[in-house]
Amino acid sequence: MADLTDLGVAAIRDGVRVGAFSAREVADAFIVNVSRAKQLNAFLVETPEHAIAAANAADAARAAGETLKPLAGVPIGMKDLFCTRGVPTTAASHILEGFTPPYESTVSQNLWDAGAGMLGKLNMDQFAMGSSNETSYFGNVLSPWRRSDGGNAPLAPGGSSGGSSAAVSARLCPGATGTDTGGSIRQPAAFTGISGIKPTYGRCSRWGTIAFASSLDQAGPMARDVRDCAILLEAMAGFDPKDATSLHLDVPAWEHGLSNSMAGKRVGVPKEYRVEGMPEEIEALWQSGIDWLRDAGAEIVEVSLPHTKYALPAYYIIAPAEASSNLARYDGVRYGLRDLPEGAGLQDMYAATRADGFGAEVKRRIMIGTYVLSAGFYDAYYTQAQKIRTLIARDFERAWEQCDVLLAPTAPSAAFALGEKSADPIAMYLNDVFTVPSSLAGLPAMSVPGGLDKAGLPLGLQIIGKPLDEQGVLNAGLAIEERAGFTARPESWW
Amino acid sequence: MAEYKIQGATGEWEVVIGLEVHAQVTSNAKLFSGAPTQFGAEPNTQVSLVDAAMPGMLPVPNRECIRQAVRTGMAIDAQINRWSRFDRKNYFYADLPQGYQISQLYHPLVGEGAVEIEDGGTTKTVGVERIHVEQDAGKLMHDQHPTRSYVDLNRSGVALMEIVSRPDMRSPGEAGAYLRKLRAILRYVGSCDGNMEEGSMRADVNVSVRKPGGDLGTRTETKNVNSVRFVMAAIEHEASRQVDVLESGGRIVQETRLFDPDRGVTRSMRSKEDAHDYRYFPDPDLLPLELDDAFLDECRASLPELPDAKRQRYVAAGITPYNADVLTAEVETARWFDALLEAGAAPVAASNWVASELFGALNRLGKSIAESPVSPKQAAELLALVADGTLSGSLAKQVFEVMLETGQDPGAIVEERGLKQTSDTGAIETVIAGVMASNADKVADYRGGKDKLFGFFVGQTMKAMGGKANPGVVNELLKKALDE
Repeated sequence: MADLTDLGVAAIRDGVRVGAFSAREVADAFIVNVSRAKQLNAFLVETPEHAIAAANAADAARAAGETLKPLAGVPIGMKDLFCTRGVPTTAASHILEGFTPPYESTVSQNLWDAGAGMLGKLNMDQFAMGSSNETSYFGNVLSPWRRSDGGNAPLAPGGSSGGSSAAVSARLCPGATGTDTGGSIRQPAAFTGISGIKPTYGRCSRWGTIAFASSLDQAGPMARDVRDCAILLEAMAGFDPKDATSLHLDVPAWEHGLSNSMAGKRVGVPKEYRVEGMPEEIEALWQSGIDWLRDAGAEIVEVSLPHTKYALPAYYIIAPAEASSNLARYDGVRYGLRDLPEGAGLQDMYAATRADGFGAEVKRRIMIGTYVLSAGFYDAYYTQAQKIRTLIARDFERAWEQCDVLLAPTAPSAAFALGEKSADPIAMYLNDVFTVPSSLAGLPAMSVPGGLDKAGLPLGLQIIGKPLDEQGVLNAGLAIEERAGFTARPESWW
Repeated sequence: MAEYKIQGATGEWEVVIGLEVHAQVTSNAKLFSGAPTQFGAEPNTQVSLVDAAMPGMLPVPNRECIRQAVRTGMAIDAQINRWSRFDRKNYFYADLPQGYQISQLYHPLVGEGAVEIEDGGTTKTVGVERIHVEQDAGKLMHDQHPTRSYVDLNRSGVALMEIVSRPDMRSPGEAGAYLRKLRAILRYVGSCDGNMEEGSMRADVNVSVRKPGGDLGTRTETKNVNSVRFVMAAIEHEASRQVDVLESGGRIVQETRLFDPDRGVTRSMRSKEDAHDYRYFPDPDLLPLELDDAFLDECRASLPELPDAKRQRYVAAGITPYNADVLTAEVETARWFDALLEAGAAPVAASNWVASELFGALNRLGKSIAESPVSPKQAAELLALVADGTLSGSLAKQVFEVMLETGQDPGAIVEERGLKQTSDTGAIETVIAGVMASNADKVADYRGGKDKLFGFFVGQTMKAMGGKANPGVVNELLKKALDE
C-alpha cells in the first residue's frame, strides 16, 4: 500500500469512507511520522491517544453502517493557541507552562464534532507573535525544507503558525489549524509550500483561542491543497454565541462550491504591492499567477490600494495595543506561572512573574502597546492607526468595484534562515507587508504554493477576497493550483 | 432650598457637590458571562470561566443588564444613545482577573438626564451627565491567613450602572435627598435593589468649596461611601476640611480620599500625581451596542409609574402632600397602597389609615410593609366596614388588632366576635333611658346648664353597649332625650 501519510484530507476521508484503509491505519501512520520527527520540534505535546480514539470511533461507525462524519478518520495537528480540554495549552509561552484548560475551544470542538482526531499540539511563535517561530519558549520549529544551493542553514518555517506549516509539509499530519492575525497562516504556508486560508473575520469563533489581537485574530486551516483547506474550514467555521464578534451566518458548502473556472471573474493586481527591493523571482511568480488566472478565464485589471504603505505601521500599533491589554491576565494570580519571591508583595509578584514568563518579543509588543495607549500618545498613535485602518478598508471597497479577487505575493521573500532576522525586529515585521492589509480589513485571504525559487524553496501566491467570499478566494486558489502544478516536497532529513 | 454655607474666618463658603453612584444592576446573570449574581454566596461559587479571565475567554453582553440601564435612563428622562460602545480600563490588581475593567468612557449608553429633589420644602433639579454600564471587580480578603490574601471573584463581572450627576448640589441635605430620590427611582424601575448595606449601591462623592459666586474650586473624590448618612457626613467633613486648608493658606490637592465612618472623617488615599494611566481603548472583543426601536419601545412600555407621577396622582385625589410623600418614598409602600386603592378603598381615608394605623402597627411589630400580616384586600374590607357604618373608629381598631394577630378577614372577625356596631335606635334608646335613670342627678345638672356633661352620657351609653353603638346615632338620640 502507498504511504498513507502522502494522502491529504480529502483522500483520507474518501478512502476511509470506501474502506480502502481504516482510520486506525491512517492514525498509526501519522503517529509514527510524528514520533520520528522530533528534530523538527513541530509538536509541543503529542496526543496519539486522541487520534487513535477518533480513528477507532470512525472505524466503528463504518463497521456499524453509520453515515461517517465529515472528517471521520482524519487526524490533524492543533496549534497550541487553541485551548484543548485536558491537554496542556501554553501558546508556546513559559507563563502558561503547565496550564491545562478544563474547556475546549469552539474551533477545536467543531473539528472533533466533525470526527477529526488530534495528533498533538503544535509549536508556534509565543502568543502568536513572530514570523519565524523563533519566539517560542520551547525552541524554534525547523522548516523541513533545505536550500538546494548548498546552503544548509536551518530555515524558518514561517510564523506564527510555524509548527502547523512544518508539520503539514513534512507529512506529520494531513492538515492543521492555524491562526492569522497579520499573516500567521499565509506566510508560513508560503514558506513551506502548502496552502492556508484565513477566512473573513468572524467566520471562526475566537472562543477558547488564546488572544493576541482580538480585532484581527482569525483561525483557519493549513493543508496540502485548496480542497483540503475548504473541507477543514467548513468544519472549523460557524456562528458561536459565545463570541460577540462571531458572524451570525450559515457556513457555505465551500468544498461543493469549488470551481477551477475564472470565467467572468476579474482579478485585481494591486500596483502598490510592487515594493522596492522585491526579489525578481517573486515578481516573476506573480506574473505567472496572473497568466494562470487569465488562462482560467479571468480578466486581469490593475487596481490601486493607495494606503497600503501605512498598513504595516498601523498594524504594529493596533495589534500590540490590543495585545498589551489581552495579556494583562497573565499575572500569576490564578493559573500558569507564579513567581513569588520570599516576602514579596503583589507588585513584586506581577513583575517577577511577567519578567520571567514572557519572552523578549512578547515584552516588546506589550511595551509598544502600553506606550501607544498611554495618555498623551493615544491620539497620535492609536486613534491615527484606527483612521488608517478605516482608509485601508475603504481602499479594498473601492477595489471591489473593479474586481472580484486580488492577486499578490504572500511574502516578500522565501523562507529565511533562522537567526537571519531575529536581531532586527523591523526586518522581521516587514515580512508581513503583503498580509497585513487584508487582516486590517478583515478580508478572507489565502496562500497557495506557486513555485520554487533558485534555491529550491517554495514561494506562495496570495488571493484576497471580498468579505464573506471565501468561495471566490478558494476558486482562484484552485485555478492557480491546477496550473502551477506544484509537487515539490521536502526530502526527509529528520 | 435651605441655604447651606460654611462660616469660615474669611466669610462664607459655598459647597459644590457631584455624586457618582454605582448601582448594581438587578439581573440573574453578570454583565458579560452567564454566572449568577447571588449576594452572600460562598466565595468563588458565582464565577464562570469568563469572570476568572481564563485564557481565550470572551465577554458577551447580557441583554437584560443593558435593558435595565436603558429603563433607568428613561426613568430620569435621559437621552438614550442608540449607539454606544464598551472600553477597557486597564490596571493591574488581584481582584481584577482580566487586568482591565470593561466600562464605557467615550460613548456611554445613557446621556443627559435629570432628577427632581425636594429638600426643606422646596424642589430643585439635579442634572445627570451620563449613565454607563461597567463590570464590578472581585474582592480581596486579608483576614483569612497571616501572610496571604485571598481573592473572592463572586462580584467579578457583576453589572454596575455608574450614574454621574452634574455638580449641582450645594449641601449635604441636597446630596442626601438626591441619593434617596435616585434610590427610589431605581427601586421603582426595578433596575437596582438599592441595598446600600450589601453594597448594591455606593457613591463616589466629589466635593469642592468656593466663595459664593466664585469660580469652582479644586475637588476631591471620596470613594465608595455606602450609606446616605455617610455621604452626608463625608461632605460635611470634607467641605470644612477644605475651608480650613484654604483659609490657612494651603491649597486643595485633586486626590482620591476614603471616608472613615467610625471617625466621621475623610483621609487621603492617593493623589492625582500617582493616579493610574488607565489606557482606555475600545474593547475589541465587543461590537458597538446598537439599540433598535423595538427594544427601546419595550423598555419604555415596561416602565412603571414613577414616584413623581404617583405623588401627583395621590395629591390630585385629595391626599395631603405629606401623606403622598410618605406613601411614595418606598416602592413597596406605594405598591401596597395602590393595591389598597384597587381593592376599592377611598383614597383619603385609606391614606390616613395607612400612615397612622398600619405604619404604627408595623413599627410595633418590627415588620416591613412587604411583611404586613394584613393584605391590602383585607385592609380595604376593613375600611369599607368603617365607611358603611358597620364599624366605629374604635371598633375598627379592635378588629385591626385581631387581624394583625390572626390574619383573619375583618368581616369574619366582626361576625365571630359580634363586634358589629349597632344603629338600632330602639336598643340605643333603651340603654339611654337606663343611663339617665341611674344618673338622675347628672341629668338635672345637665338640664341646669352643665353642657359639658354631654360627653359623660355618651361615654356611659357606649360603655353600656360594649362600644358597639354607632356614635352618631348615640349622639343624636342622647341629645333628643336630654333636651326633652
